[in-house]
Parts: sequence; C-alpha cells; structure tokens
Amino acid sequence: MTKKPLIEVKNLVQKIGDQEILRGLSLDIIEGETLVLLGKSGGGKSVFLRHLIGLMHPVSGSILFEGMDVTQLSERQLEPVRRHIGMLFQDGALFDSMNVFDNVAFPLRERGEKNPAIVREKVAQALAMVNMTGHEHKMPVNLSGGMRKRVALARAIISPPAVILYDEPTAGLDPIVSDSINKLIRHLQKELHVTSIVVTHDMVSCYHIADRVALLSEGRIYFIGTPEELRQTTDPNIRDFVDGRSGETIY
Amino acid sequence: MVLISYIKLVYSYVLIFLGEVAMLAGETLLSIARGRIRPRLVIYQIAEIGYRSQLVVVVTGAFTGAVFTAQAYFQFASLNMETAVGSVVAVSMFRELGPVLAGVMVAGRVGAAMSAEIGTMKVTQQIDALRALAVSPVDYLVVPRSIAMFISMPFLVAESVGCGILASYYVGVKVLNISGVYFLANTQKWVDSSDIVMALVKGFFFAGIIVFISCREGLNAKGGAVGVGRATTYTVVNCSLAILIVNFFLTMALNIIFPAG
Repeated sequence: MTKKPLIEVKNLVQKIGDQEILRGLSLDIIEGETLVLLGKSGGGKSVFLRHLIGLMHPVSGSILFEGMDVTQLSERQLEPVRRHIGMLFQDGALFDSMNVFDNVAFPLRERGEKNPAIVREKVAQALAMVNMTGHEHKMPVNLSGGMRKRVALARAIISPPAVILYDEPTAGLDPIVSDSINKLIRHLQKELHVTSIVVTHDMVSCYHIADRVALLSEGRIYFIGTPEELRQTTDPNIRDFVDGRSGETIY
Repeated sequence: MVLISYIKLVYSYVLIFLGEVAMLAGETLLSIARGRIRPRLVIYQIAEIGYRSQLVVVVTGAFTGAVFTAQAYFQFASLNMETAVGSVVAVSMFRELGPVLAGVMVAGRVGAAMSAEIGTMKVTQQIDALRALAVSPVDYLVVPRSIAMFISMPFLVAESVGCGILASYYVGVKVLNISGVYFLANTQKWVDSSDIVMALVKGFFFAGIIVFISCREGLNAKGGAVGVGRATTYTVVNCSLAILIVNFFLTMALNIIFPAG
C-alpha cells in the first residue's frame, strides 16, 4: 500500500522580479523518507525549500502539510507548523551574538523550558549527536563552516521535528566533512525517524542519503525516482547533470 | 515630465515608508498588549539604550545650555535684560532643545546601532532562522527595544534638560557674572510643570520615532554589507528629519494644551 504524503505541493508558481523561478511545481513528500532535490544553481531549489516553511509565499499553488495549506497561513498561524519543521540554512544562520550552547538551547528556551538542568542535558545530547561536544562556549565566528552547519543541525533537532529541510548541507565543505554530514543526516533519519528534504548539487551526497531523488528543471520537477533509477536513466538532460557535463568544449 | 515622475517616486516612497513604520508600530503594540515580552531582553536593551547613551546626551545638553546662555547674554546685555537669560534658556531647553537634541543624538547612537544589528541579522539569514524556529522577529527584536526605548527616552531627555540648565547657571552666574538670585528667581517664575510635561511627552514620541524607523530599516535591509550601510544611513537621516518635523506639530499641539508663560 502506498503511504500517504506528509507534504503535498501542487502547482507552485513563484516569480522574483520578472523571472519565473517556479512554474507549476508539484511534488509529494512521503512520511519518513529522505528526498533529495537536485537542480542547477539558481534553479529555484532553495526558493522551493523556503516555501515549505512559509518563509516565502508563492504567486499561486498550494502546499499541504498535515492537511493545512501553508501558503494561506499568516506569520502567527505559521508558528505551530514551524515547530514541526526544522531547517538547516546553507551557512548555518547561527545567531552570532550567542555562543554554541545558547544557539542550540534557543528553541528550547523559546518554547518555555525554564529548567536549566533539562536545557543543559538536551543541549549536550543534541551536540553529541552532531559530534560537537566540548565546543559549547565557542562563538559562531570561531567555528569552521562544517562546525557551524553541525551546530545549526543540533539547533534544528533539539526539539525533535517531523521534517528537516537541508539547504545545501555539504556545499563548500571538504569531502571528509561532507561525508560526516551525510552520515549524520542518515543517522538522524534512523534515530529520529524524520522526513528529510535535502537540496544539493552533490551527487555523492545524493546517492548516500536519498530514498528518492527529484530533479528540478525549468521550475518544474523533471524527474523523480529512486537513486537506482537515476543511475540507470538514459535521458540526456539528466545524464548531463548527473555526470557533470556542461556541453561546452574548451578547444 | 522627469520632474513629475521624480515627485511621484518620492511621494510613493514616503507613503510606503510611513505605512511600513505604522504597521510595525501596530504589530509591536499588539504584541506588547498580548504580553509577548521577554523581561531579560528588555533589561539588556535598557542598559544598551538608556545607560550607555547618558554621556552623549549629557554632553550635548550641557554644551547647548552653555552656548545658548552665552549668546542670549550677549544679546540681552545691550538691553540690560541679563537676568532674563536663565528663564529663556530653561524654557527653551524644556520645550524644544532638550527633547530634540537628545532625540537626534539617540537616533545617531542607538538608532544606527539598532538598524545595523537587525540589518546584519537580516542579510545573514538570522531573521529567517528566527522565523524558521517559530519565533516572531517582532516579538524577539522589536518589542524589547521598543519598551526599553519608551522607558529610557524620557529619562535621557530629563538628563539633557537638567544638564543644560545647570550649565546655563554655571556660565551665566559664574562666568558672565549675572546675578544668581535674579537668575534663579526668573527661571522659577517662568518655568512650570507644564514645561516638564512637554519635554517628557516629546521624549516619549521621539522614542517611538527612533525605535520604529530603526527597526523598520533593519528588517528591510538587503544586499549584504552595502545594504546594511544604507539601512544605517537611512535610519539616521529619516529619524532626524522625522524628529524635526514631528517636533513642529507636537509644539503646536502641546502649546494648545500647555500654553507658554
């Protein structure tokens, strides 16, 4: 039996200035899966991700999350939805006025947790999950790119979400740190059983973490299938992207 | 034609600007009314806005009082009216100079810092991170700053006026040899509680102008470091202009409620 989608995206259209970024994007995201969204730079992947959490509102179309149309909700009405969705921003977006501990503790404190012992325990658990124990007192400015992403991930998972959105989690990282982030995404899926949507260009990462892969092209979903189906496809447009061929010649 | 389209552009910019500032003020007051207040952040902001702005406000008030006293003395001495200097300076400090100069100085010191901080958070996606964590940027950033500003500003105005009058007394009596008894007697005769109320009411209005314009500019910042710089500049310019313009209308309105003399 096919599982019911947790998120249903229907005919999403978004324009920025005169440019149509999303042109009727439709996509179902199944509960518990890790969906990797591939696509060219500037193709609207991050824009799509921001719509899922209500950070942007589309020109038309709908996004149903647990039966609610996210696109029709006001900022205040979105707050309960956002408590179920964690987001890892491309550069982490840590609060630079707070140290690592306070960044990770932030969602807990904002959701009313007043007991310092519980806050300490949960922060320690979240930091241990992302292998960042011992860095509690460092400021974001003193962390490397990979460390910032891991702290941001700890912040996103400290109040276990139903969905985690990853915006280019391995961009700009060396292969070893990328691999550790990939393993972390897999580990979190197994540990927390969350639904994950990962925007990336990184094919190694894609094959490592994806249950399903979607390719965004010209503002629509051009391909959707398993990593195995992606590997075996003969569609030249998909093959160019997967194999990293620009079609240009130097000589 | 170019001139007409330029005027239209400026007109629409001013309308959008006023609309956004009013909407932010409305949303903030609604959040305060609903009790979405974080006391720790309010106290921190009172220290940032109130406590750390004292020096600049005190120096501005004192030297304005001193120089105004000297100028008034040089003019009034030729008419043998030196003893009126104290009352003229005190009434001016209470009704106009104290609130306006404190407002402009706080806009430069605190408003610029506010818009730079919030603007940097905006361009580095920290505001989006707040929203993604189900925390309203208005509740978290604007509400504490607003409350702190509304509490601090009347005190800063009072300090500015107080220091202006003290400096006026020192320059008038100790430096320019005006009779201290007449100086104080005339000051007491012409200054009453309505002048004090007027200063504090103006301070309260200017607090709103500074905090909502600064936060609006910060929250609308875009385009990296250049955008933050632009937001900071607009904050200082717009706050200063708004204070001067609103001050005129406040003076007209408050003079009906509290007539001078």
